Amino acid sequence: MSSSESATGGTNSEPQPSSIETTGFNKQRRYFLIGASAAVGGVGIGFAAVPFVASWSPSAKARALGAPVTLDISKLRPGEMLGPTPAWRGQPIFVVNRQPDALERLEAPNDDLADPDSDNGEMQPEYAQNPWRSKRPEIGVYIGLCTHLGCSPKPFFAVEPEPFDANWQGGFFCPCHGSRFDMAGRVVKGVPAPDNLPVPPYRFVSDTVLIIGEDEGSA
Amino acid sequence: MAEGQEKAAPRTDKGLMGVVNWFDDRFPLMETWNYHMARYWAPKNFNFWYYFGVLSMVVLVIQLLTGLWLTMSYVPSGEGAFASVEYIMRDVEYGWLLRYLHSTGASAFFVVVYLHMFRGMMYGSYRKPRELLWLIGMAIFVALMAEGFFGYLLPWGNMSYWGAQVIVSLVGAIPVIGPDLMEWVRGDFLMSGITLNRFFALHVIALPLVLVMLVFVHIVALHHVGSNNPDGVEIKKNKDANGIPVDGIPFHPYYTIGHDLPAIVMFLILFCLVVFYAPEMGGYFLEKPNFEMADPLKTPDHIAPVWYYTPFYAMLRAATYPLFGIPAKFWGFVVMAGAIVVPAVLPWLDRSPVKSMRYKGMISKAMLGLFVICFFILGYLGTIAPSPEATLLAQICTAIYFAYFVLMPWYTRVEKTKPVPDRVTT
Ligand code: HEM
Ligand code: FES
Repeated sequence: MSSSESATGGTNSEPQPSSIETTGFNKQRRYFLIGASAAVGGVGIGFAAVPFVASWSPSAKARALGAPVTLDISKLRPGEMLGPTPAWRGQPIFVVNRQPDALERLEAPNDDLADPDSDNGEMQPEYAQNPWRSKRPEIGVYIGLCTHLGCSPKPFFAVEPEPFDANWQGGFFCPCHGSRFDMAGRVVKGVPAPDNLPVPPYRFVSDTVLIIGEDEGSA
Repeated sequence: MAEGQEKAAPRTDKGLMGVVNWFDDRFPLMETWNYHMARYWAPKNFNFWYYFGVLSMVVLVIQLLTGLWLTMSYVPSGEGAFASVEYIMRDVEYGWLLRYLHSTGASAFFVVVYLHMFRGMMYGSYRKPRELLWLIGMAIFVALMAEGFFGYLLPWGNMSYWGAQVIVSLVGAIPVIGPDLMEWVRGDFLMSGITLNRFFALHVIALPLVLVMLVFVHIVALHHVGSNNPDGVEIKKNKDANGIPVDGIPFHPYYTIGHDLPAIVMFLILFCLVVFYAPEMGGYFLEKPNFEMADPLKTPDHIAPVWYYTPFYAMLRAATYPLFGIPAKFWGFVVMAGAIVVPAVLPWLDRSPVKSMRYKGMISKAMLGLFVICFFILGYLGTIAPSPEATLLAQICTAIYFAYFVLMPWYTRVEKTKPVPDRVTT
């Protein structure tokens, strides 16, 4: 301790006893060694962290389970919903059938919607940017997870007063913090959810068979 | 350490002392014992509020022990977890008791730690020279919150599942990197057995180790600076000829046998009453929807966290306005995280010339009172379904909660304090 103190005491005019500890050359050397080992050590820690950090990413198995899924919708009845089915990536998928009256309500201009044209947020593909937010007006395909904090909204398709909205026009209601969505999964203004329900990539292979997880663009 | 050291008695190597001496020649046995127990001079005026530190240690031991035993029968997988908890409850000998001890222990932990922290706020225990002690305490608090969160997912009930889903989704609210970060945390595209497995690892290994180490340094730091007391008087400023604080008494046996032991017994009696007669505590300790297995397709009709998180959950929900083009949920996250860590800066916010609430002025007392009332109201609001009135009330209480801290540098300076005695009272 005392030797390093005298080594740093540069103002002292007395010549210092030149031991290995106190010569300037060795001091520089020591700092160099400390600096170099810190730098090399830092890089080493960086590399060592890679496997630990990377192992938390979705594993090959998880990614394989996230592959596209085929869904038969022949049992989907008019005005009802198929699902939630654990389709793509295990997330609840809502497949909704909408009758002409519901489509009419969707097409009518509506000031209550936060993002009527589906411009914001993740997973709003081009084919979601129409009043039905779907490829076929009568069939809507959505990921049933609230864009607030990920609860699964519940279908309330009847047009009737609900405790959460006296003027309810049919749609989805999220029980967790009260977000509301219309029959096309468009979010209403002034609720916690910021965005419309996500639309997964999907395509029709036939009239009643859907593939969820890929669309014409990615297929 | 030299203080209060009397001349060593002549060494005798007979009987028990022989064994002690054998160790003492090889390990600082008596030195450690004296430093932390027999010659640790604690202020003689400790009161009720000084029970909760030692009670926290008791609960920590209960949790470590019952947790270790639960791990022996629990299966950490998406397929097996829920069934293994039912197996523990029904088929493992005394499994129900181990589980109820552990789940009640979690709630008890927060009861004693909240009271322990409140004591610190009341008596100014966070102030110089105990700032680091307080910071270590805050680190313990955050680690404890995380430990409870990870543990809550393990039974893989439907409330576990969606509760964790909501909290992990908060990560997704972080601008730009959020969605990828969320996937990384879960290790999957949704909460799954993969997530369960890593939460299990964190719950049984990482955080218990961190907690134990933090509690150790907490005690080391405490015994280095010495305990504060209800008067906020530094007893080390007033020492006798032997260097012993005149207002100090040896921690052992005065506090160990005379103060802490009866408290531990009382606490354990209360604890067992809950374990045997009300382990679910009307749904506050163990929630109803959690008796149903996790269903990724069906959210329970009403989700609420366990009671000890509800004040912070209410603050999370109180943030309802988007700001700077960033959605409200991100600000909710910021408010909640801020509320949890803001007590850490108390040592630098409190500018009062006195430490203890006993000698502080009216504004400090009123603010602390309001703070506690708001904390309780928020705790209640966090358990109920949101409504516009409840949200407004939560916003007011959140504002008061933060005002307690933000305004502290001002109100502790302007108010009139009472004179502090030289010696501790009673
Ligand atoms: C596992 C959790 C904890 C354990 C086992 C623990 C243990 C203890 C013990 C045994 C004492 C001495 C007895 C007493 O003063 O009651 C103490 C004192 C103290 N603790 Fe903790 N503690 C924990 C958490 C915390 C937390 C979360 C904080 C604050 C953020 C905190 C802040 C303090 C302070 C400031 C003191 C000194 C109090 C005084 O002298 O007036 N502790 N702790
Ligand atoms: S998760 Fe749907 S409203 Fe919060």
